[in-house]
Amino acid sequence: MSTTKFGEYGGQYVPESLMPAIEELTDAYERYVLDNEDGFTDEFRERLADFGGRPLPLQHAESLSARYDTEVYLKREDLLHGGAHKLNNALGQVLLAKYMGKERIIAETGAGQHGTATAMAAAHLDMPCEIYMGETDIRRQRPNVFRMKINGAEITPVTTGRGTLKEAISETIRDWATTVERTHYVIGSVVGPAPFPSMVRDFQSVISEEARAQSREKEGRLPDAVVACAGGGSNTMGTFANFVDDDEVGLYAVEAGGSSLSVDEEEGVAPNSASLSTGDEGVLHGARTKLLQDSDGQIMESHSVSAGLDYAGVGPELAHLVDEGRVDAVNVDDDAALEAFHRLSQDEGVIPALETAHAFGYLEEHADELGEFVVVNVSGRGDKDLETVLEETEKRDLEVAPDMSVLREVSGGGL
Amino acid sequence: MGLEEAFADEPAFVPYVAAGDPSIEASKAYVEALERGGADAIELGLPFSEPIAEGSTIQGAVVRALEAGMTPDRYFAFVEDLDVEVPIVCMTYYNLVYQYTHPETGEQGPRAFARRSAEAGIEGFVVVDLPAEEAGPLREACDEFDQDLVFIVAPTTRGDRLDRMADHVSGYVYVQARLGVTGAREDVSDQTEQSLARVADWSVPKAVGFGIKTGEHAERIVSAGADGVIVGSALVDIIADGHAAGDPTADVADRLEAKARELKAGALAGARAEAEQS
Ligand SMILES: Cc1ncc(COP(=O)(O)O)c(C=O)c1O
Repeated sequence: MSTTKFGEYGGQYVPESLMPAIEELTDAYERYVLDNEDGFTDEFRERLADFGGRPLPLQHAESLSARYDTEVYLKREDLLHGGAHKLNNALGQVLLAKYMGKERIIAETGAGQHGTATAMAAAHLDMPCEIYMGETDIRRQRPNVFRMKINGAEITPVTTGRGTLKEAISETIRDWATTVERTHYVIGSVVGPAPFPSMVRDFQSVISEEARAQSREKEGRLPDAVVACAGGGSNTMGTFANFVDDDEVGLYAVEAGGSSLSVDEEEGVAPNSASLSTGDEGVLHGARTKLLQDSDGQIMESHSVSAGLDYAGVGPELAHLVDEGRVDAVNVDDDAALEAFHRLSQDEGVIPALETAHAFGYLEEHADELGEFVVVNVSGRGDKDLETVLEETEKRDLEVAPDMSVLREVSGGGL
Repeated sequence: MGLEEAFADEPAFVPYVAAGDPSIEASKAYVEALERGGADAIELGLPFSEPIAEGSTIQGAVVRALEAGMTPDRYFAFVEDLDVEVPIVCMTYYNLVYQYTHPETGEQGPRAFARRSAEAGIEGFVVVDLPAEEAGPLREACDEFDQDLVFIVAPTTRGDRLDRMADHVSGYVYVQARLGVTGAREDVSDQTEQSLARVADWSVPKAVGFGIKTGEHAERIVSAGADGVIVGSALVDIIADGHAAGDPTADVADRLEAKARELKAGALAGARAEAEQS
């Protein structure tokens, strides 16, 4: 039996019409994912290897190690097919939907990475697929919109609210409530009603399963610290899962500090997405968790320069692990994330996603507190973010930013 | 008057509107007009920023009400101000219940919410995202403060889940006529009769909602065995259109009253038809 709660967090706060589907999913999760019925887990692992490209390296980062005088290793989820950790989950869930006899896939996406991974998995497994994406995110993550379309997915823009991840999730839940009998909702992070948070964690925990063994191989021991960015927290839980019982390993969940940690109650806006560090308990999208909300319980509009972290909630298990003192919730602001984006690109030849860059921003600010062996999860690559990064870099005076004037010198070069 | 009594003599017409849509004053006039038009109870929405079970019509109402400044405390004051006799049911989402802080006791959570509701004269709740499994704390608070807790039975609800809900429900059961989100439709779903059959032996009255738009729909649903009809989007459409056209509040209130009469008359005709059948 799987449990629906993590301490007081989690649960199943959904409209009644979805409850039977959630019971059906719980049953399928227990049988196929936990008990490997019909060889589900074997097939999943095989497809992750052949289609996804696993296992992925734990790479020694030479420049960063020298810079911080500590051994820094990169867990290279950016090398997973699709360019982010998202495929681990998307492939697992689309395959599960097949085993369950569902005929159609829907998903929300913020940065477009989950949408892209889902569209790829759906094309790979021959399932029709519809992706809900906020208007703001469609604008700032265009390359992923192209990729989803090219993989044959339908994209439905969501125009309510600020048009970001929160609204996209709400709209996907509405679709699911209408089509639940034949449709599976591939949720993109460790959020939503049980069993989603546990199931998504299980699909993502291949990250730490590999990283834990690779740490032993490379350094002969477990790391002192493991660092991952956290939006909903799926790469985070995936990177932490197999280390949770190793008390000597520090776990750091790096949230988006945005432009400021303060909130504007009047406008209902939080210029950050730091729900673990600054939010309080409430119920959103099917789970009790930590949220950015006003004193009445209305959900705030979050903000981050990275679309994939721009969410007012967070996974309930992560909220629980933070309360227990097992995971440290920390945050890094937009400026530091952009700096870190450029530094990793220049020093290591790895262009990270803006989400990922937050983890490296934390390393820059706190490397001296993290011990002698640090693993950072490179949750995704930054190709999707290049337009945003150029724009946001122009607005700022960043130490490490490249000189882009060459683009102005040729006609039609942009900027 | 208890919620169950709203269904006692004849089939009930239960309208839904969002409190504060499109302004506090207009909304008050609209609720009162619905009572004049024959409402037997009123589901009054307390707007939540993430209405995951609502279609675009009621999402619009929620946005307008929030923009008009509706908050839980203003909502309770609004109910206290209403000049209506029929019972008011608070329809909302769980986070607002969970976060609510009672202004006098300082207590937070379902108990504080139920206490303040009772003080304001509210008689019960529909909490859209609170299935029976998670409803324990609110059910206890409802018992303590004499509030009914209405559950929604969906076309997909079967077996054990029905039993669990039957244990917790009071006031009436909200029979969801079709899968999906709220919104007015052109036809009556044939899932309605099957859903009604599944709750036939429940002791509480059965009210059918989701997609009902006309008096004729109401008639068919009551003749199929419902004890009442719940109508939201078809009424909210009238409010939205009036707001968009800049029509005076009194004119929109008249239209709502007329629509209420049509729906109530439909429900009564349905009861006559049912009596003739049996
Ligand atoms: C590369 C990358 N990292 C991290 C995230 C954040 O998601 P999560 O916190 O679920 O890992 C996203 C979300 O889109 C992403 O694309």
